[in-house]
Amino acid sequence: MSDAAIELAGVNKWFGDFHVLKNIDLTVKTGEKVVVCGPSGSGKSTVVRCINQLEKHQKGTIRVDGVELTDDPKSVATIRSEVGMVFQQFNLFPHLTVLENLTLGPIKARGLSRKEAEEKARHYLARVHIPDQADKRPTQLSGGQQQRVAIARSLCMEPRVLLFDEPTSALDPEMISEVLDVMVELAEEGMTMVVVTHEMGFARKVADKMIFMDAGEIVEQGHPEHFFTNPQSERCRKFLSQILQH
Amino acid sequence: MKKLLLIAPFLLLTGCSSSQTWGWYVIDPTTASGWTNVKFLISGMGATIQISLIAAVLSIAIGLLVALPGLSEKRSWRLVNRVYVEFIRAIPLLPMLFWVFYGLPIVFQSMGLNIPIDPFWGAIITLAISDSAFTAEIYRAGIQSIARGQREAAQTIGLNYIQTMRYVILPQAIRRILPPLANQFIYIVKMSAFASVIGMQELTRRANELVVTEYRPLEIYTLLIFEYLILVLIISAGVRWLERRMGADERG
Repeated sequence: MSDAAIELAGVNKWFGDFHVLKNIDLTVKTGEKVVVCGPSGSGKSTVVRCINQLEKHQKGTIRVDGVELTDDPKSVATIRSEVGMVFQQFNLFPHLTVLENLTLGPIKARGLSRKEAEEKARHYLARVHIPDQADKRPTQLSGGQQQRVAIARSLCMEPRVLLFDEPTSALDPEMISEVLDVMVELAEEGMTMVVVTHEMGFARKVADKMIFMDAGEIVEQGHPEHFFTNPQSERCRKFLSQILQH
Repeated sequence: MKKLLLIAPFLLLTGCSSSQTWGWYVIDPTTASGWTNVKFLISGMGATIQISLIAAVLSIAIGLLVALPGLSEKRSWRLVNRVYVEFIRAIPLLPMLFWVFYGLPIVFQSMGLNIPIDPFWGAIITLAISDSAFTAEIYRAGIQSIARGQREAAQTIGLNYIQTMRYVILPQAIRRILPPLANQFIYIVKMSAFASVIGMQELTRRANELVVTEYRPLEIYTLLIFEYLILVLIISAGVRWLERRMGADERG
């Protein structure tokens, strides 16, 4: 087995006539943390959504742990079982309690017993620092708590890779750090992560690799040290100056 | 003059009209023959309720089966849904009833099947099929109103299509689906009156038969209207109770 957790090679995607991803090549090694940034509409969310086939790519290959993503439902199921996803809008199930949100996947998709699933759920709720909210409905929690429940829900599936699609963009400013703290802890524990975010402080702290996308292309990628201090392309320099000037 | 206009309907119903005599005696429960007539009329209630209930249950099941392909990403599946809904919706109930009752047994026979269709099942099949086009649209709208992110989240925790529907989408959509579905039930109850023309002994048929022997259409059909009114009011109360419960649930 190669140590590449995710490999994208020559990935292209169109929405109708709109060429949203152009020849994306990207390798994420096991344990690596990759941060993707770029202006809105640059295709960064689409890349992440292609990795677990929430969007279909039309050209190129995507491999997760060596398994290629094809139309075969089996390959999609295999890959989804190894890839967790955290959404901008949390997407918690509002009709279920927090605990039920966390146990649904393990019980129905993994075949765990209720008892096993609940033990696991409580373990991960403790890990995201909200052990005592298990019996509440998601809508009774703050945004930051909801996003941490969403992270715990992904962790309950014990994925090899976690994808984050702008996890803090829908949060009030005072709640961003509680979510980022959890993400930093996950990073420190060795989780393989691909994070679409504009939180450059987080990126500086945990990223092994920075990706800058614009207009459907990866314009620049590199170690955060070089990336932030000495961006090579004009577009990247401009973008960084815009988001870092505050 | 104005006053006269206002009381005219009452005069009409209480029998103060000059040109004709009135005969509420025909359904007067205090007389023996009146009571017999009333019992005869009300005895159609059981059939009306049975036909409506079974048709509604079938329509709810068929509607879901028709709605699901309409939500598919594949165009060919969506086409199946469109064709069914547009076609069924376009057929008036009475011609469809005739086709099912008189025509369908011939279709069965030509296929070598001996399946007789009695008025009871003829009415149920027609009502269920006819109504399913509408329930399918209710399901589709209800399911589509659930944000796409819910389905995506379900997929990312490994649920397959059926599990996603069963545990994530339908439990949420059902709150928006149930009230209009219950309203649809009211339509079925009213449309079940058509079953009278193929000889089903339900409320309307009983009224027709009594009119033929008693020649008292106004009195008998008035009672008939009130019979349906009572049925519909009961269902309406049920719908409102349901809506309150769903609403309370959503807030809690």
